[in-house]
Amino acid sequence: MYRIAKKTEMDNKKVIIIRVAAVFAALFTSGLFILFLNHNPIEVYTSMLKGSFGSLYRFRETIVKTIPLVITSLGILIAFKMKFWNIGGEGQICMGAFMASFIALKFPEVPKPILLFLMMIFGMIGGGIWAFIPAFFKSKFSTNETLFTLMMNYIAIKWITYLQYGPWKDENALGFPKIPNFTDNAVLPKVFGIHMGWIIALALVIIIYVFINHTKKGYEISVIGESENTARYAGIDVKKTVLIAIFLSGGLCGLAGMIQASAVNNTLSVELSAGVGFTAIITAWLSGLKPHFIIMVSFLFAVLTQGGSFIQTAFEIPQSAAEILQGMVLIFVLGSEFFVNYKIIRR
Amino acid sequence: MDFVSLLKASIQAGTPLLFATLGEIITEKVGNLNLGVEGLMLMGAVVGFQVGILTSNPFLALLGAMLAGAFGGLIYAFLTVSLRANQVVSGLSLTIFGTGFSGFMGKRLIGEVVPLELQEFFKPMYIPVLGDIPFMGKILFNQNIFVYLGYVMAVVLGLYLYKTRVGLNVRMIGEDPSAADASGINVNLYKYINIMMGGALCGLGGAYLSLVYVPSWQENVTAGRGWIAVALVIFVTWNPYKALLGAYFFGGLDIIGFRLQKFDIKVSQYIIDMLPYIATILVLIMVSIKGNKEYMAPKGLGNSYFREDR
Repeated sequence: MYRIAKKTEMDNKKVIIIRVAAVFAALFTSGLFILFLNHNPIEVYTSMLKGSFGSLYRFRETIVKTIPLVITSLGILIAFKMKFWNIGGEGQICMGAFMASFIALKFPEVPKPILLFLMMIFGMIGGGIWAFIPAFFKSKFSTNETLFTLMMNYIAIKWITYLQYGPWKDENALGFPKIPNFTDNAVLPKVFGIHMGWIIALALVIIIYVFINHTKKGYEISVIGESENTARYAGIDVKKTVLIAIFLSGGLCGLAGMIQASAVNNTLSVELSAGVGFTAIITAWLSGLKPHFIIMVSFLFAVLTQGGSFIQTAFEIPQSAAEILQGMVLIFVLGSEFFVNYKIIRR
Repeated sequence: MDFVSLLKASIQAGTPLLFATLGEIITEKVGNLNLGVEGLMLMGAVVGFQVGILTSNPFLALLGAMLAGAFGGLIYAFLTVSLRANQVVSGLSLTIFGTGFSGFMGKRLIGEVVPLELQEFFKPMYIPVLGDIPFMGKILFNQNIFVYLGYVMAVVLGLYLYKTRVGLNVRMIGEDPSAADASGINVNLYKYINIMMGGALCGLGGAYLSLVYVPSWQENVTAGRGWIAVALVIFVTWNPYKALLGAYFFGGLDIIGFRLQKFDIKVSQYIIDMLPYIATILVLIMVSIKGNKEYMAPKGLGNSYFREDR
């Protein structure tokens, strides 16, 4: 007979070995699948790498895909630290983008630095409020936040759709349902050929790292995550801390939305978040809720996405192959976590 | 536009939702929040369609869809029950995998037509006597066989959960797995079986879309219905009987905006589309205010169970 027991802290080297092994196992399994479809898996994988690193342009595209993932994951991380299952990133991104776009479209002539600053603030408020509503009801009536935040996603997406097809529709787009483009003042400038969101993302990683590990509020958040009762005994105002932290969590997602609207799309649209809100849940989780790992994991996912869209044109393999690969990597890495947290003992 | 055909169409639009909702209800009742419904439906839709085209046999097509869904359920169960991975993340991974899988397999199904044998099998069927009931008969009992199967499944599932010993155990596991374990119930086995049954039902819901409702292969044929099903479970407060009404109501909302346009009524389709989710949130809040245990999410929902944690 075998018995399963929890492991005590494992050294980082072993954890990394397990994770890497899991990724390879996923690549191998997907490889069999690709082989089954009469393609050479090695060729497909190399061309995915080419698609994301092969030229400066492609590499920049990969970074552009990494940026919103990093910022959103940081937001999700704060919530998950408190065991508040915020799966509303998608909606928070949308509402952040909505508020930022509102500013961008209403005050197009405001000088660039001021306009961008206002857009960021309003973006964060939009996302923050969208997360705050479920948090409020959770603190008041202990409403299930997983389901609540999930529902908020759809409302936000329908709202943007409504604007895009209705009141905000561009009159000059010849009937095409799109919202007018922002003026240049509302577009984030580029640094080294990539919009400056990457600087914001890097700065945020450091800020959140310091916030979680070296400030009182950050410490309180961790304590609440460990045990609410402990937090209460220690005199932490649990409700207030949760509400503030969740506002911040949604605010970061909203900021990601602002960046996507401003720098990538130059307007607001329904496709703007492109599933980032959901992927960020996964990346935040796989990073073990550690800000510095988020960069790595988000980059890996961006490579999968970017490489995926490349093989479509290069091999006539449908892009869904990349989704299968993503799914496989996820399933294997999730499964491998078991070996990080538990050990099997022979009785 | 007459009322009878509107209601009839609502039921047809609600049937895939019903199957997926019932599937998610048993999954959640046994304590697992599976956010992979969309992926499970897509897997069922593509496999059901493929088998249907290859064999022209409706039973094999449905069996294939169920097996595909159950297989997805198995992956999810293995991750969350045996390996104790986080349920939310596992479910999302399953959706990503299922979407990719159906897109990949479905690429060569585009343009294929559902074989005549299947079309014949899924034609509307009048049920004698019941079909003659004025008004209701026309709406409820002049439907295709899949719709009838939906009625039956909802009732069977209700009886299973509320009237059988096994169903009692299922609910106990969902509420308090350690108590269930202590009373000698094999928690893991129950979870595996019920999650896989749930997956099979979601697969059926998908197959209804590709084989009967659409009926042809479209990329992402579910168009978010899997997510609506997750909302519906809350809306109907985890009750299979209410799921019948809830699914048809949501099915009605799905088509009503479209119909209203004919009357030139100035309500945006997108605002109407929002209503189900707002309603679901209101239900979620009301239920937690009332604190009525019967209407709440199972207590153990979302947590993996580890015996040594007791």
